[in-house]
Amino acid sequence: MRSDARPLGYFTALLSTLTLALGPTLLGGCDKMRGGGGGGEPEKGKAPESASGASSAKPADPAGDTILIGEFGSLTGSEATFGQSTHNGIMLAIEEVNAAGGVRNKKIAVKTYDDQGKSQEAGTVVTRLITEDKVVAILGEVASSLSIAGGRVAQQYGVPMISPSSTNPQVTQIGDMIFRVCFIDPYQGFVVAKFARENLKLGNVAVLYDQAQAYSKGLKDDFIKSFKEMGGAVPSEQAYTGGDQDFSAQLTTIKGTNPDAIFLPGYYTDVGNVALQARKLGLTATLLGGDGWDSSKLTEIGGPAIEGAYYSNHYSHEEQRPEVQTFVKKYQAKYNQVPDGLAALGYDSARLLFEAMGKAPSLGGKELAAALAATKDFKGVTGVISIDADRNAKKPAVVLQIKGGKPAYAATIAPN
Amino acid sequence: MLSARASALRPGLAWVLPRAVGPLVAGVVVAFLLQLVVVPILGPFYEKLMMDIGINCLLAVSLNLVNGFTGQFSIGHAGFMAVGGYVAGAVTYYGSFVLWGSAAVHGGFLGGGDLLFLLGCVVGGLFAAGAGYLVGLPSLRLRGDYLAIVTLGFGEILRVLLQQTGDVIFVPAQIEQASAFTLATSLGGALGFSGIPFYTTVFWVYVMLGLLLVVAYRLKESSEGRAFLSIRENEIAAEAMGIDTTKYKVRAFVLAAFFAGIAGALFAHETGTTLNPRELGFQKSFDIVIMVVLGGMGSISGALLAAGLLTILPELLREFSDWRLVVYAVTLIVMMRVRPQGLFGIREIWELGRPRRGAQEKRP
Repeated sequence: MRSDARPLGYFTALLSTLTLALGPTLLGGCDKMRGGGGGGEPEKGKAPESASGASSAKPADPAGDTILIGEFGSLTGSEATFGQSTHNGIMLAIEEVNAAGGVRNKKIAVKTYDDQGKSQEAGTVVTRLITEDKVVAILGEVASSLSIAGGRVAQQYGVPMISPSSTNPQVTQIGDMIFRVCFIDPYQGFVVAKFARENLKLGNVAVLYDQAQAYSKGLKDDFIKSFKEMGGAVPSEQAYTGGDQDFSAQLTTIKGTNPDAIFLPGYYTDVGNVALQARKLGLTATLLGGDGWDSSKLTEIGGPAIEGAYYSNHYSHEEQRPEVQTFVKKYQAKYNQVPDGLAALGYDSARLLFEAMGKAPSLGGKELAAALAATKDFKGVTGVISIDADRNAKKPAVVLQIKGGKPAYAATIAPN
Repeated sequence: MLSARASALRPGLAWVLPRAVGPLVAGVVVAFLLQLVVVPILGPFYEKLMMDIGINCLLAVSLNLVNGFTGQFSIGHAGFMAVGGYVAGAVTYYGSFVLWGSAAVHGGFLGGGDLLFLLGCVVGGLFAAGAGYLVGLPSLRLRGDYLAIVTLGFGEILRVLLQQTGDVIFVPAQIEQASAFTLATSLGGALGFSGIPFYTTVFWVYVMLGLLLVVAYRLKESSEGRAFLSIRENEIAAEAMGIDTTKYKVRAFVLAAFFAGIAGALFAHETGTTLNPRELGFQKSFDIVIMVVLGGMGSISGALLAAGLLTILPELLREFSDWRLVVYAVTLIVMMRVRPQGLFGIREIWELGRPRRGAQEKRP
């Protein structure tokens, strides 16, 4: 594949085209996105009202009658349904609040960036949201490692961030700007253990977890600890790496210990495959899981193999509380699908933020964080939420069972 | 007689010194100006983008020493980056606790924290170089695709090992009591090593890049570097000319690993990054290979340009959200169709106008 005799002319043309095309785009892009002000001074946590120059990039902002918030999520990548559901929930909440007159007599606008499920991207987009788009608060992420990457940036710039569904305890330990509206892993591990021990009366539960996911590893540890404290036994503990296709080695070992149930604290894609292969091997043990199962894709992949399995989750669309029923109705009308737990958490995180915005004396980072920290008995779709001293949400969890290819409400487990 | 004549011809110190140190000083000055003048104008987001570009340039140019200069095919560069990042991160994170009782940024420019960070960079680079030696020595004796397989395996082994490490310790009292072994194995596991103080600035990134560029150019024009190039052109002929091919291949490999380690160290201390084993795996290695191939195997300026383009492009396309990965991929395909030898082939940007030399004519 030798190139032609005069590669130079060719090349010069290509290079000059590139320079011409890219140079101005880049420079123009800089100017446009940067907006007037001199950048700099990140520590002051300024409210958007002060950034008059930032308006040129956003047609919605000119008279300062909107409040811009930021969202980052995995809209593409291997856990894309998580990001999409959360985004849908947030958009629904924004639509609602704007229809009701907005917050502080201003409309809410949101800027959403995709992080592809990569922590480096998460850090970049949060920096961009805060320093370029000048958002007052940030919503995101689902995966804990991404929330930590983004959260450290938000903490550094003094902009409050609410994670809708990162359950790892480390997320809110970053600092006083980081909140969450979901329960944390130790609690979820306890819920599954309690349900297995007391509701299902199981004695032996084997564990198969994803060693490449902090979520899976943490949840596994917390489950085993709680389950043993309650008098149960864990005869076998096996690991896989997310994205593996063949689980027969681990499942055969597990089969040898003849457990009553298998706890699978992984994400829905792998869990579906595990379930299929377990049934093929003749394992009839009940399958248990956590909120990583929460996707309609689970039953698409697992099919009949996943039937009858239980998993803990943040809410059930079958609960009869009025908050749940109105939310489900509105969501179905807008998106034509049943909202999963992540959509409900996205919705709750946005509404919690709007409530705090309404109460805060100003929209500066510190005041807004203080208002968020003061949240008490907020009636969310996913339960009554109070923010505790560690900026975590105290709330009950539900256990769902897969029946006829759909998750059905099984039990509610409240904190002790 | 002869030696006397030779020493008379040898240039004096006044001639040598500015040429030896000049480029390095120029690099530091440029980096300083970037930090002092350009960064305040552009603001923090573009500051981060500049750091990303600089780090990717470091990775691409260093990988070019192996893949471009020496003609070996390594696809485990992110592994060396991970070694450097984790070692440097552990040095500054746990070092800060031991020295100052917290992992917060300590001191200003060239203050205590900065010095600790620099120490971390160097130690991280040395560990990466050591890893490069261990990986390179057995595999570089072989020819062909073996190196690719070994480096790929190295990256994957490292990723799995890092995923098995324990949680990061953040309680000062526990850190004081913990043994060095406990600290060395408490690197965050699958969740990633978070909490490393943000020491990386545009200045440090471009100082390191300047250093690497001087090394790479000097190498390319020296007899040592010519040995690298001869291995790329024809290994058997190089051997016949008396070049110890294994030795030179290992040298190129270790040097590349060292700078990848430094790039990893800078990455670890950059605002908004978390060292995550999952993201320092095969995918990242391949991103770097793409930069080298796109820029032209063996062209330093090509690697720089490609690293810059491939960092900026996804960011420019962010507004298109769903389409940006498609556009990114199509751009790459078009580039490879139009210029399969990369942007600059094996030449540098200022050599483009010159007619090809005989040896280069042979390259496919």
